[in-house]
Amino acid sequence: MRSSAMRDLMAITARPEVISLAGGLPDTSTFPPKSFAAQMTRIAQESAAEALQYGPTEGFEETKDCIVEVMGAEGMLVDPHDVIVTTGGQQAIDLVCKTLVDPGDVVICEAPTYPGAVPVFCSYQAEVVQVECDGEGMRIDDLEQLLGELRTAGRRPKFIYTVPSFQNPAGVTMSLERRRRLVELARLHELLVVEDNPYGLLRYGGEALPPLYQLDGGDFVIYIGTFSKILSPGIRLGWAVAPPPVMEKIVLGKQAADLCTSTLTQYFVREYFAEGRWRQYIDDLVELYRGRRDVMLEALREHFPAAASWTEPDGGLFIWATLPEYIDTGDLLAKALRADVAFVPGQAAYIDERGRNSMRLNFSGVDAGEIREGIRRIGKVIAEQVELYGALTGEPPAQARPVEPGGADVLPFRKTGEAGG
Amino acid sequence: MKVAVLKGGRSLERGVSLRSGARVEDALGRLGHDVLALDVGVDLVARLGAEAPDVAFVAMHGVGGEDGTAQELLEILGIPFTGPGAAACARCMDKVLAKHAIREAGLPTPDWFAFNETAFRELGAADALGGLEQSLGFPLVVKPSRGGSSLGVKFAASAAEVPQALVSAFSYDSRVLLERFAGGRELAVSVLDGEALPVVEALPAEGDRYDFEARYAIGRTRFVCPAELTAEEQAAVTEVALGTYSALGCSGFARVDLILGGAGPQVLEANAIPGLTDTSLLPQAAEAAGMSFERLVERIVDLALKPAAA
Repeated sequence: MRSSAMRDLMAITARPEVISLAGGLPDTSTFPPKSFAAQMTRIAQESAAEALQYGPTEGFEETKDCIVEVMGAEGMLVDPHDVIVTTGGQQAIDLVCKTLVDPGDVVICEAPTYPGAVPVFCSYQAEVVQVECDGEGMRIDDLEQLLGELRTAGRRPKFIYTVPSFQNPAGVTMSLERRRRLVELARLHELLVVEDNPYGLLRYGGEALPPLYQLDGGDFVIYIGTFSKILSPGIRLGWAVAPPPVMEKIVLGKQAADLCTSTLTQYFVREYFAEGRWRQYIDDLVELYRGRRDVMLEALREHFPAAASWTEPDGGLFIWATLPEYIDTGDLLAKALRADVAFVPGQAAYIDERGRNSMRLNFSGVDAGEIREGIRRIGKVIAEQVELYGALTGEPPAQARPVEPGGADVLPFRKTGEAGG
Repeated sequence: MKVAVLKGGRSLERGVSLRSGARVEDALGRLGHDVLALDVGVDLVARLGAEAPDVAFVAMHGVGGEDGTAQELLEILGIPFTGPGAAACARCMDKVLAKHAIREAGLPTPDWFAFNETAFRELGAADALGGLEQSLGFPLVVKPSRGGSSLGVKFAASAAEVPQALVSAFSYDSRVLLERFAGGRELAVSVLDGEALPVVEALPAEGDRYDFEARYAIGRTRFVCPAELTAEEQAAVTEVALGTYSALGCSGFARVDLILGGAGPQVLEANAIPGLTDTSLLPQAAEAAGMSFERLVERIVDLALKPAAA
């Protein structure tokens, strides 16, 4: 199934009766309306004219101060001059491509990768090469091999795009060892790495890992951040941090695209951070999402068939489930929609034909009851497919989930061309 | 005149339908009609009752809109509507029913076998697959019986690929068909008021088969209209298309998709409500016949209001 067919199916997921595990939505109902009202009132009373005016292309200094604070919370030291405020993290991806990519240039990303990045890379006519992920994130050995092959072919990738923490869609996190190696490789080959880190502060377990930007010091890493997942996606505020020569071009691109990021929402962020409760709000979100993740994992164990496997993310918003090879999740979505439940078919995260038997499940946007019911419904349609396949081939469906040593359900993602079983 | 445009709904082809509907609304507006856009939902009957349109333009695709459901309702409400009636829509939407009707009319369509899910689940139909596959040969095509836009249509190159293709097809409908693969040129004949418009040929890019993506993405498939056909080919294709149109009881308009191979044309399916988007084939065919989109829309509306032939 191709992207436009998928887009059409995704359009149906918006029906109110559908339990959608397809979105990537944070739960904004947790933001107290009273404090929203108070902040906006203060802006109206004290800074109406400025808040309704254009602002600087790079963003307000005060917004950058908030960004420096957020990045500091993950251990990064940033010079505000290296920061540009963008219209969401999505615009930062777009501006980086606009600045760096010429048609035919190679861009490397993970397999699977953030589905929203694919159309951006494609719109700048990049040649996208995907490097397989496993439970520790991008396979750096595969990356090295690819870089070697590209060198032999006389080609240099423009950048390596990665979501190292709680990746969208796979939910996996790049290990410290791989982070170090990636940064080393970037330095060695003088390659740019674009680190997209929307979820870093949403950690529900395990130890925090240093962002690539911190490990590298910002020489070869362009950093993309956002307020979408820690505050609100509706305010459309993200940012990019880049070395000065790249930043100059990004600013020109931003000027051409939309002159400046919303002044009003930058004022809102300023007010919000001034109250000093932003860390507490993230703590609240972490507690809420951790509970929802656990509910989803439990529901998956109860309702998904033995032949399915899935990631157990330490943070972020997504679980990535993989079904038997013979189930195409694009077609499965059509069946799931009749049961009023939706997910993102895995193929959206690949440039090529891979990912057909995987799906992305979101646990942040709906409540625990809906998660349980949604997973139950998806489990039921999968079970019907498994049973049907069994009837067609004479293969009895597996009875129980095989217990692996350590009980981990984290899967190694399949490589292209590897035979299915 | 007040024209209600019925679009959207719960069908899997909702997106396409919304694009068809929007384009039709624009055209009706330019023609000076009072346009009532209706995204079809539980309030459909109430809204039709309250607004009392003179005619309904059905721009719905897929199950729920193109299968006769909406048409049946319009017939009951006594509102004239565009395109074929409920019975013809139901026949076109169900490929198995349509193929029976086509074959009974003596028209060519690739051999097929139809199954419902229960046959596999409860009656051991899988044991019959080997023989059927041998009789149809490979590659063979697996399709959901009801469904449009190539959704769930899979090609199986060998017996090993058939079960997976069946699982996919059964995602869309509880009945599927295995069809002999017909190789050849892919043609679409749009029929307007019982007359064939110029034939469109789909030339898939990159060796792709003509699939959902190609069907709706600009630039993915190259269309040639009128298709380059010899006089004999043209006559054979037109005859088969018009025969199909009447065998299925269509009226107003419809589109017949067929393959032109060595053995002549073979009908794959008929679409009771062909797409009316920017990239759809019926508008292209009309344009090749010198008919603007507005003129086409006007003609379709006029046909809906014409007293039914006895």
